[in-house]
Amino acid sequence: MNRALVNRLLAGIALSLLAGAAFGQTIKIGLVTALSGQSARAGEAITRGLTVAIDEINAKGGVLGRKLELVRRDDEATPAKGVIAARELLYKEKVTVLFGGLDTPVSIAIVPIVNEAKVPFMGPWAAGTPITRNGANPNFVFRVSAVDEIVDKAMLQYSQKAFNAKNCGMILVNNPWGESNEKGLSAALSAQGMKPAGIEKFEGNDVDVVPQLTRLKAAGADCLFLVGNVGPSAQVVKSLDRMGWKPPVVSHWGPAGGRFTELAGPSAKDVHFIQTYSFFGKQSPVGEKVLKALMAKYPDVKGAGDVTPAVGVANAYDGMMLTAMAIQAAGSTDGPKIREGFYKIGKYEGLIKTYAKPFTSDNHDAVNENDYVWTQFIDNQILPVGMKK
Amino acid sequence: MLVTSALISGLALGSMYGLLALGFHVTYAVSRTVNFAQGSAMMVGAVLAYTFAVTLGWPFVPAALVALALCAAYGVLVELVAVRPFARRGSNAWLMATVALGIVADNTVLFTFGKEPRGFSLSWAQGSIHIGGLNVSVLQLVIPAVGLALALALSLFSRRTRTGKAMLAVVQNPDAARLMGINVPLTISLAYAASAAFAGAAGMMIAPLFNVHSDMGTLFGLKAFAVAILGGLGSAWGVMLAGLIFGATESLITALLGSAYTQILSFALVIAALAFMPNGLFGRAEAKKV
Repeated sequence: MNRALVNRLLAGIALSLLAGAAFGQTIKIGLVTALSGQSARAGEAITRGLTVAIDEINAKGGVLGRKLELVRRDDEATPAKGVIAARELLYKEKVTVLFGGLDTPVSIAIVPIVNEAKVPFMGPWAAGTPITRNGANPNFVFRVSAVDEIVDKAMLQYSQKAFNAKNCGMILVNNPWGESNEKGLSAALSAQGMKPAGIEKFEGNDVDVVPQLTRLKAAGADCLFLVGNVGPSAQVVKSLDRMGWKPPVVSHWGPAGGRFTELAGPSAKDVHFIQTYSFFGKQSPVGEKVLKALMAKYPDVKGAGDVTPAVGVANAYDGMMLTAMAIQAAGSTDGPKIREGFYKIGKYEGLIKTYAKPFTSDNHDAVNENDYVWTQFIDNQILPVGMKK
Repeated sequence: MLVTSALISGLALGSMYGLLALGFHVTYAVSRTVNFAQGSAMMVGAVLAYTFAVTLGWPFVPAALVALALCAAYGVLVELVAVRPFARRGSNAWLMATVALGIVADNTVLFTFGKEPRGFSLSWAQGSIHIGGLNVSVLQLVIPAVGLALALALSLFSRRTRTGKAMLAVVQNPDAARLMGINVPLTISLAYAASAAFAGAAGMMIAPLFNVHSDMGTLFGLKAFAVAILGGLGSAWGVMLAGLIFGATESLITALLGSAYTQILSFALVIAALAFMPNGLFGRAEAKKV
């Protein structure tokens, strides 16, 4: 056997090994979210939604003939840690698509990195308006979740409809998420020729919010718009209890992210907050399928009440399904092609709704005001308002 | 009403700062060293009380007493591991060592107690009373009362008991105290035990108002150190009063000017006060031999 033939044979073997490796290689889906701290439950919910969707996709053969694999990192709800985790997932783990978590400040910090890396970023929770409307061109950030600007309009409408409120005050966590909602709520009020009774901020680790609430009470507030994650929201509720003041509290979805009833006490049930999905009540076929899959995979899920916070599970599930469709439409794991793939998605019967062309070049948010559900905590479960357990 | 309400809130929080700052005072007076991770000792107190009272279902009083005893043991450990080896050699490395030990404690609790914050509600602390048209929670009245009672107990202990007098002797002249047969290392250990117990008591009292988690003491520890410096590290009643002043100031700024100004103005006022009174509001300049 001459030398050239041996070389050709070796090259052939190497090529076939490489091809085999590429065929067997998984498509990595990254997730940067809070897996510890006050919002750990929310991170776990996102994980579960993604996992159930990935299992379903992989059972059908994966995407582009390759299985999907979830790679998670904990951002500890801190932008600096989120940025480090995102860079690791993008450049070391080489994820094809990156999913974000529930903290707007963390997602806002990650947005420029994914746009520079040209890797699609899917937001299944953080609602800050500038996350998707970030001014970048091309913009690689998509979202299957609420958007502050739209939520704020819904909060105003709900306060008027449910409580006949006329002079609401804002109590907002002092971070970019709070700022985003301050703008949104002010704009929503202004559109109706109204002004807030007052705008008060509080720190995430404040023990006592009585001084801020006392100012709002003195200003004649007849309801409160609350924006804060689970821990800070609980501090507001406990402070209201100490004051003996019981105004209607209309909240963004922060309380859904953890043990709100345990942290806030019995008055937790008086906070009405927004969600995009509830597993209670009659479910669509997709809802029944996902609930069944969750119960089969996680022993602690015995029924709808154990899927909490449901919004994390539902948004992540639909977000993953739409992402898989975008990769399939792109026919590649190349970031810019997947970005175009999102625009090619037509109709998809999802968990939250049936999506019809969910993303366009002008709209990177798949969920709108028609998809919101108003909920409250009854014991440790999130139920639609008025629905008894 | 705005001012009264703010004062009640501020004094409750301020007495917690004062109690933590008292811990800084006790060890500084006896050994010229402090536990910079005093906030971690506070967290340890809250976590232990939660574990005994909620997880194990003990009645609150024995749970609190055992938690305080364990906090005192933690204080002794801090002194033995992070202070004594360095102070003995005349090194200031105890500054970093106490911070490091605090981080170790925080992370140990993170992995054992769990990542999620837990609510610590006490039935007796849920009630509230009406004072002058204001709704005041029982806990907001109990906290300053207990804080001041503990400060008074420290004062009586140091003046009326043999061990307390030994501590005062060590404060005045460690070498002379040693020659008089006083066990100086043991006295310093006791000071650290008392310091951690004060922090633990603060943690237990603040937990029902706040929640229990591994990094709950970080910001408190920082503010308490500012309070200790403001009051004058050498004065027990000074740091306690400074705590009350700081808490009330924070609360009044928030109530009158809005929360955007709270941290800026309260810490700016601390700097201004120290600029005019470098030894703190109630501290005295020490005579230095040259």
